[in-house]
Amino acid sequence: MNARRDFLRQTLAGAAAATGAAASAPALARENLKLSPDALGLLFDSTLCVGCKACVAACKSANDLPPDYNTPAHGLWDMPLDTTAKTFNTIKVFQNGKAVNKDQVADGYAFTKKSCLHCVDPSCVSACPVSAMKKDAVTGIVSYDPDACIGCRYCVAACPFEVPKYDYDSPRGAIGKCELCRHRIPEGHFAACAEVCPTGATLYGKVSDLKAEAKRRLTLKAGDTTLYPRGDLSNGPDRSWEGPVAPYVQHVYGETEGGGTQMLYLSAVPFQHLGLPTLGPRSYASKSEGLQHGLYGGLILPIVLFGAMTWAARRNSKHEDEGKGGEQ
Amino acid sequence: MSARGHAEHAPVGGGLFTPVTFFCVVLMILAAAVLAVRFVHGLGAVTHLSDGYPWGIWVVADVVIGSALACGGFAVAALVYIFNKGEYHPLIRPALLASLLGYTLAGVGVLFDLGRYWNFYHIFLPGYASPNSVMFEVAVCISLYIVVLWIEFSPAVLEKFGLADAKKKLMGMMYLFIGLGMVLPMMHQSSLGSLLIVFGHQIHPLWQTMLLPLIYLMTAVLIGYAIVLFESCVAAAGYRRSIEVHLLNPLAKVMLGVLAAYLVIRFGDLVVRGALGSAFAANLQAFFFWLETLCFAAPFYLLGSEAKRRKPANLFLGGLYLLLGGILLRLNSFLIGYMPGENWSYFPSTGELVVTLGVFALKILAYIVITRRFPVLPREARATAH
Repeated sequence: MNARRDFLRQTLAGAAAATGAAASAPALARENLKLSPDALGLLFDSTLCVGCKACVAACKSANDLPPDYNTPAHGLWDMPLDTTAKTFNTIKVFQNGKAVNKDQVADGYAFTKKSCLHCVDPSCVSACPVSAMKKDAVTGIVSYDPDACIGCRYCVAACPFEVPKYDYDSPRGAIGKCELCRHRIPEGHFAACAEVCPTGATLYGKVSDLKAEAKRRLTLKAGDTTLYPRGDLSNGPDRSWEGPVAPYVQHVYGETEGGGTQMLYLSAVPFQHLGLPTLGPRSYASKSEGLQHGLYGGLILPIVLFGAMTWAARRNSKHEDEGKGGEQ
Repeated sequence: MSARGHAEHAPVGGGLFTPVTFFCVVLMILAAAVLAVRFVHGLGAVTHLSDGYPWGIWVVADVVIGSALACGGFAVAALVYIFNKGEYHPLIRPALLASLLGYTLAGVGVLFDLGRYWNFYHIFLPGYASPNSVMFEVAVCISLYIVVLWIEFSPAVLEKFGLADAKKKLMGMMYLFIGLGMVLPMMHQSSLGSLLIVFGHQIHPLWQTMLLPLIYLMTAVLIGYAIVLFESCVAAAGYRRSIEVHLLNPLAKVMLGVLAAYLVIRFGDLVVRGALGSAFAANLQAFFFWLETLCFAAPFYLLGSEAKRRKPANLFLGGLYLLLGGILLRLNSFLIGYMPGENWSYFPSTGELVVTLGVFALKILAYIVITRRFPVLPREARATAH
């Protein structure tokens, strides 16, 4: 009985020690990754969007994507209700009540853009076991390589914005998501959605410039007029137009959310109405990787554990080897 | 210990063509048919998977739960070799066999679910492998552990074919594999929980915690002991043998000790994080949380006293409730508590259920065939002598 009581005591002590180790794990979490000074991104200003969906069509053609029949009008025209493996960008609308007042909640409506936010510290890149999801060290663009991908869909489940999507209808299905038209940058182009946007609601440029532009808009008085740039904010040409200022929510979504994103949002309705989750400043990837590396960094803990286990196993099976010449 | 040496295991013998094995084969054929459609037409053709629920029961039941149910080998080896409880030695081989089958089929099951399975070896290539990924650690550790389990089990095979020299050589270095067989499951069973940390707010607060690795590890050990209780009772009933109560009674006591420690940690964490309040909401998550908790609490009632632990029915039920608790914890954290948004829902398709049942049937069939033909189960005469 004593032996058993000892064993229980040991088990409990072990459990307590393990709890202590795991409880201190949050302290081990690494810092968020930092934004590259040359990071590229988008600024989406919901108050400027007129819902024309030119960006949706341009994205399809720039990425050579097939039509996506999501609606009752099946097979008639490309009309995706959400991003899919075949649709990297959609415009959605928030509607409330009579839905007649643009950029208001009461009986109002507002447009939003759904495409990859190119997180500063992306969950998909942290989740991917085979480096199919990568973040460019300079541009910060989160890219996807189908030739590396094993199709585990951990990225699909992990993304807090539900961006990476898998093609379940094909035996060779792959993930599909916006890669900020990185294949068009060497050709002197930029993100197709921003290229065609008639109002500058989707604006392309360096994240630092986009952030400054977003902050400028927040200082303006609702009802005044101001110049709105279109296309590529950082490299021009200047295609600005003058328009009225909306009563903005005083926050740039994506500046801190989940460790920051390279696609930023401005809106006159609360961001949750645009389908954007409320996120703290700590990236989920930093928590996950901090814990993993805290436990397995340099394989120190596993090797110590292996040593202890091997020692115990050898001691406790030795007398058998000597005895009958071996039963495990 | 040495008195129990060589002859403590023996093949059960008997015929392989029984109603049970026939039923298993039928289930496997049905599963194979569903898989044929999956590999020709894609995952969407047979599953209810979506971009809201990219992981269904093929991941959660076949891999996450399947590998946990295969923790008997690890849990009993810990008792025998680490805590030097030699009296449990007869239980090692059957537990190892169940682990071997469970893990091997979890590994095979992954291939059914992988959308681009032909690239699966990228996980092991330095150019592709990403050590930051929890999935990477899980995949590598499970793969290594499958190899280790085969090596740990191989003495039964060598014995069967009379390869005494080879067995002796292997036994000389077996302690290394026993060591690996302890560390690898500890690593990946905890990491199966850590997989969820990067999901952040998408996991309900009742299950999203930095203690997930500890919670998963402790319940994997508990499931390991529970499956030994469960299997011993089922094998005894199925093969009309006597139950090893003299082993299972103290094993159940050990199990209760670990279970008590687990519940203290689980509820302590919920209180510290301020998440316990959400257990009293009127929703699906709260309901399943209490179901899970009830299953973890039931063994205290069923196995709380020495007298109760001598009753085979109580041992069986205690093991069963604990298994259900561990299964529910995994189901809850991966599916019930996974909240991708209001527009998504998931319930497994018939095809998904058929494949999961088929994989399970293959495990049972292999267990029956191997225990009837190889020296795995404790020798009957010895068991009744106690």
